[in-house]
Amino acid sequence: MAQKIAVIDYGMGNLRSVSKAVEHVAGDAEVRVTDDPTFIAAADRVVFPGQGAARDCMAAISEHHLNRAILRAAESKPFLGICMGLQVLMGYSYENNGTELLGLFDGRVKRFDGLAMGDSGLPLKIPHMGWSPVHQVTTHPLWQGIDDRSRFYFVHSYRVVPEDISLIAATTDYGVRFTAAIARDNLFATQFHPEKSADVGLQLLSNFVNWAI
Amino acid sequence: MGLAKRIIPCLDVDAGRVVKGVKFVDIRDAGDPVEVARRYNDEGADEITFLDITATADDRETIVHVVEEVASEVFIPLTVGGGIRKAEDVLRMLNAGADKVAINSAAVFNPSFVKEVTDRFGSQCIVVAIDAKRVGDHWEIFTHGGRKPTGIDAVEWARKMADFGAGEILLTSMDRDGTKIGFDNNLTRAVAAAVPIPVIASGGVGELQHLVDGVKLGGADAVLAASIFHFAEHSIGEAKRFMADQGIEVRL
Repeated sequence: MAQKIAVIDYGMGNLRSVSKAVEHVAGDAEVRVTDDPTFIAAADRVVFPGQGAARDCMAAISEHHLNRAILRAAESKPFLGICMGLQVLMGYSYENNGTELLGLFDGRVKRFDGLAMGDSGLPLKIPHMGWSPVHQVTTHPLWQGIDDRSRFYFVHSYRVVPEDISLIAATTDYGVRFTAAIARDNLFATQFHPEKSADVGLQLLSNFVNWAI
Repeated sequence: MGLAKRIIPCLDVDAGRVVKGVKFVDIRDAGDPVEVARRYNDEGADEITFLDITATADDRETIVHVVEEVASEVFIPLTVGGGIRKAEDVLRMLNAGADKVAINSAAVFNPSFVKEVTDRFGSQCIVVAIDAKRVGDHWEIFTHGGRKPTGIDAVEWARKMADFGAGEILLTSMDRDGTKIGFDNNLTRAVAAAVPIPVIASGGVGELQHLVDGVKLGGADAVLAASIFHFAEHSIGEAKRFMADQGIEVRL
C-alpha cells in the first residue's frame, strides 16, 4: 500500500513548494497538506514546515490544536522539520520579545547579531539569505548521496542553539557557526529549505521519504 | 566557504509568455516560461525572477498559472513582480508557489502597504523593487518604468523600506537599464551600505565582468540580469565560473 505523508499545515505560509517537492520524489505516496490530527497520526511520515515569526507560528499551532499531534509525530515516526519547523521544537525564542516554543528539545533560538563583517566590507546581511555550505557533522541516512559541504538554500534571521550538542547533524558558518540541522532517533530537522535547494535538496527529501527507522 | 553571491536570471512575462525573446538553440518553445525556467535551473541559476508586464487585467491571471507550473517542477526560489497592488495579490502569488513577491509602485504610492504585507506574510517573502535614476548628486525613485520622478531619495527610501520589514531590495538603475554598460555600482554601494538586508543589483549588464563589478564594487549580495542570459551569449554556468575565477564565492 502506498505510504501516506502528511505536510502539516497550520496556516503559516505557502506549503505548495514543500508538497510539490515531496511529491516529486515520493513516487506513488499520498502527500497531503493537512491540519487534521487524525491524518497526521495515521501518516507514515510527517513533514513540518513553517515560516514567519515565532509568536505567530506558536499561535497558529495552538489555534489549529496541533501541539500534541506534532509532538507525538516527532516522537514516533519519520519526521522532518524545516526552517520554523526546526526552530519551534526548541524551548524558547528571543523573537517577538520572547516566545515559548514547543519545547521538545532544550535550547534557544537567537537572532544573528548583525555585527560580523562580510567579504564586501559591509556587515553581513540579515536575513541570511541564499546558498551556504552545510557541514555534515554526523553520518545519517538523510545525508546519503549528498557531498559534505554541499550548498543548501537558507532564508532566516534566527538560529537554534540546542543545549545538547549531540543533537547537531550539521553546521553552517555565517559570521558565527550555527546549527544547520539536528537529528535524534526518528527526527531530522533543517534550518535550510531542502524544497528550494535544487538537486541536493531533492536528494535529501528522497532520503527522507525512503528513510527506514 | 561562506554564503554564495546569487545569480538571478529575470524573465519578462506578458500574458503568460516570455517576451524579449529568449534564444536557446535546443529549447522547443522559448516563449514558454516553464521551459525557460527549467533550462535556467539546469544551468545552475540560484533563483529565478518573473516580471509580469501584462497590461490588461484579464490576462493578469495567467501569471498565477505560470508560477504554479514552474513551482511544480523547478525547486529553487521563485520571485514574482509586476502589478502587485494589494495584499490579496501577494497571497495569490505565494499560494501559487512564489517564494518572494516584489513590490514596486504600490510601495511608493502607499508605503504602509509594505508594512502590512511583511506583518502578514513575513519579511522573507517581500522584496521591495526600487527603480532609481541619478538626479544631481543623488538618486531618486522613479515610477512608471522610469518615466515619473517622485522626488524621493533612493537611499533614504531603501532604508525606510528595510525599516518597514522588507526582506530584500531589488535595485534597478534606470540610467543603466538596457544600456549593457554595467550596473551603476555607486548606486548599489550606497544602498547596500545603508540597509541591513540583502541588495540585488539590476540594470545594465552587458558582459560577465559587469557581474563581478556589481559584487566587488557595488557590494551586491546578488546580481540580476536578463538579456545576457536570454540570448545565450553566456550561460549561467559560464557566468559563475567567470566570477569564481575572480575570487567571488558562487554555487557551482
